[in-house]
Amino acid sequence: MTAVRLAHLGGGRAWLRRCVGTPLNAALTAAALGLLALALPPLLRWAVLDAVWSGPPSACRGAAGACWAFIAAKLRFILVGLYPPAAAWRAVAAAGLLGGLVLLSAHPRLWRPWLLGAWAAGLAATLWLLGGGGGLEPVASRLWGGLPLTLLLTAGGLVAGFPLGVALALARRSRRRTPRLLATVVIETVRGLPLIVILYVASLVFPLMLPGGISVDKLLRAGAGMTLFAAAYIAEAVRAALQAVPRGQAEAALSLGLRPTLVLLLVVLPQGLKMAIPSLVTIAIGFFQDTSLVAVIGVFDLLNTTRAATLDSEWLGFHDEAYSFVAAVYFVVCAAASHYGLWLERRLNPERRR
Amino acid sequence: MPDRKPVSLRLLAPFAAALALIAGTAQAGPTLDAVKARSTVKCGVLNSPGGSAPDANGEWRGFNADFCRAIAAALFNDPRKVEFVATTRQQRFTAIQSGEVDVLIAGVTQTVTRALQLGLHFGPIVLHDGQGFLVPKALKVAKATELDGATVCTMPGTTTELNVTDFFRLNKISYKPVVAEEFREVLAAFTAGRCDVLTQDASALAITRSQLPKPDDYVLLPERISKEPIAPAVRFGDDQWQEIVNWTIWATIQAEEFGIARDTVDGFAGSPDPSVRRFLGIDPGIGEAIRLDPRWAYNIVKAVGNYGEIFERNYGKDSPLKFARGPNELVQRGGLIVSPPFR
Repeated sequence: MTAVRLAHLGGGRAWLRRCVGTPLNAALTAAALGLLALALPPLLRWAVLDAVWSGPPSACRGAAGACWAFIAAKLRFILVGLYPPAAAWRAVAAAGLLGGLVLLSAHPRLWRPWLLGAWAAGLAATLWLLGGGGGLEPVASRLWGGLPLTLLLTAGGLVAGFPLGVALALARRSRRRTPRLLATVVIETVRGLPLIVILYVASLVFPLMLPGGISVDKLLRAGAGMTLFAAAYIAEAVRAALQAVPRGQAEAALSLGLRPTLVLLLVVLPQGLKMAIPSLVTIAIGFFQDTSLVAVIGVFDLLNTTRAATLDSEWLGFHDEAYSFVAAVYFVVCAAASHYGLWLERRLNPERRR
Repeated sequence: MPDRKPVSLRLLAPFAAALALIAGTAQAGPTLDAVKARSTVKCGVLNSPGGSAPDANGEWRGFNADFCRAIAAALFNDPRKVEFVATTRQQRFTAIQSGEVDVLIAGVTQTVTRALQLGLHFGPIVLHDGQGFLVPKALKVAKATELDGATVCTMPGTTTELNVTDFFRLNKISYKPVVAEEFREVLAAFTAGRCDVLTQDASALAITRSQLPKPDDYVLLPERISKEPIAPAVRFGDDQWQEIVNWTIWATIQAEEFGIARDTVDGFAGSPDPSVRRFLGIDPGIGEAIRLDPRWAYNIVKAVGNYGEIFERNYGKDSPLKFARGPNELVQRGGLIVSPPFR
């Protein structure tokens, strides 16, 4: 960050000096420019100049460049998957609602208790929009897919995983042995397993344990597994942050006659959670990317709808276009989240600003 | 319900019993009852071009998807009463064992271990696949035995490679292997002409060919040097359900043997042929035997067409894949596809 900030302070000239100031920097700059000169023209030719922007599959056969017509034809499917076309607006609205909630939660000034209520209501509304009922045509969860599903898995896993994670962190710090032991076992077991194993257990082992005729929704199983996974990581981030709250804070509060529960709620947790935020943002970004693993159990998240779009025998073989497109979507979301994390860190810890 | 789960899973029985108590629900009856109660067929499919893949509107299209629709048409006279459940290669058998799907039509090769260890009954073979050879037309080769001295692109250590070695040795002809680790590299070598022959399962070769710059310049040789019989699967212990799946598939084949197609089926209403009349339910009998609507076979043909139509629409000449029927032609025309008599 220091480099970028210095550049801001010094303007273009300082930036230029940093690029070519020393022989090593000059050489690195030249090498980077050389690589760009090699890579950019063919990429531009493929992605823009020789690209086919619209038309049927036949228009793309034999074209030298990218076939963006494929993305145009498949855009709806990639974004909302198997969701019934007539009700596609609901999937779009659900994605918009989740995105809006994230934006609403972005500014620390809005971090008030009502925001928790907004999230609960927002998630309930998302589930209602996607699943129907109460005036809307019901849509089975196996038909949910694409961007709304990826956002729902991310938001649902994190929102449900957060209280669970905080509870696990507190239990692990507890003076009593049983909660401490239980929390440690849960956290270390889940953190010791790759997410893909948790998903396989949720989708392969769990259904076989159920008696015949009873089945738990596949998406719910996957969501529960992911929530547990998120909770274990959140727990460790929160525990580390709580550890960093000076012991004197709790002691001072206790000596003022505050009950231990209130000490925790009013003194330790607020300070600890604030310190946990940067690592929580990192966990959230990682978790957003991890949701793509649900493809292995046949859930149509954004990455899996993209893959499925390339398997239509009318439009075979446009993997490069499909994965370039979906990579751009993931990149935009993750880059925005990561910049937000940096901004938040500066804002919350002004004393650390240099 | 007879035990249909592998032995190792019996260890989980106490958990299952505990969960059953929590859930407080009795075990559901056979699959057919469950299907009728919910009025839809849960059909496990696997994403594959031509086999089953969602189109731009999210509708499942493909050879396997059409057989799912045929079962729904037989039961409910409505091919839309299918819940397509997307499975993956790793998870498809669990889906059928656990009852998440009623029937698995997911490009599964029928083998003895799959039948007995997984507790699956396989239905009629819907596709005779197997390893084939794709060659440029310019090579002017009509049979695989004419490939003496050809260069063959393979990936090392695969069954595909072993099959090639065996085939050339058995036929006492020679070949030069061109080996590459990744299929992309193999394909690049073949497109660039560094090898004469590309070898994979024939259906996969048809898919590969449709993606080549000039698909018409290549020809799929008729030989199949391995056996990959693709069949639908149902769980053990559901005889009535299994018969419905079997006879639904045979009905599409029988329709083609009779020459009955989707567009022409109504014209057979006045047919004097007693076997056609029985088949279409104009004269009763078969519907009672299978305990379905007397016109169940008519409904299947009206919904998805006969076997040949299903094949050509998804894999064959009416599809972008242009997969020749070869062994998937009717027995009466020299292939392997045949239906037992409907009487």
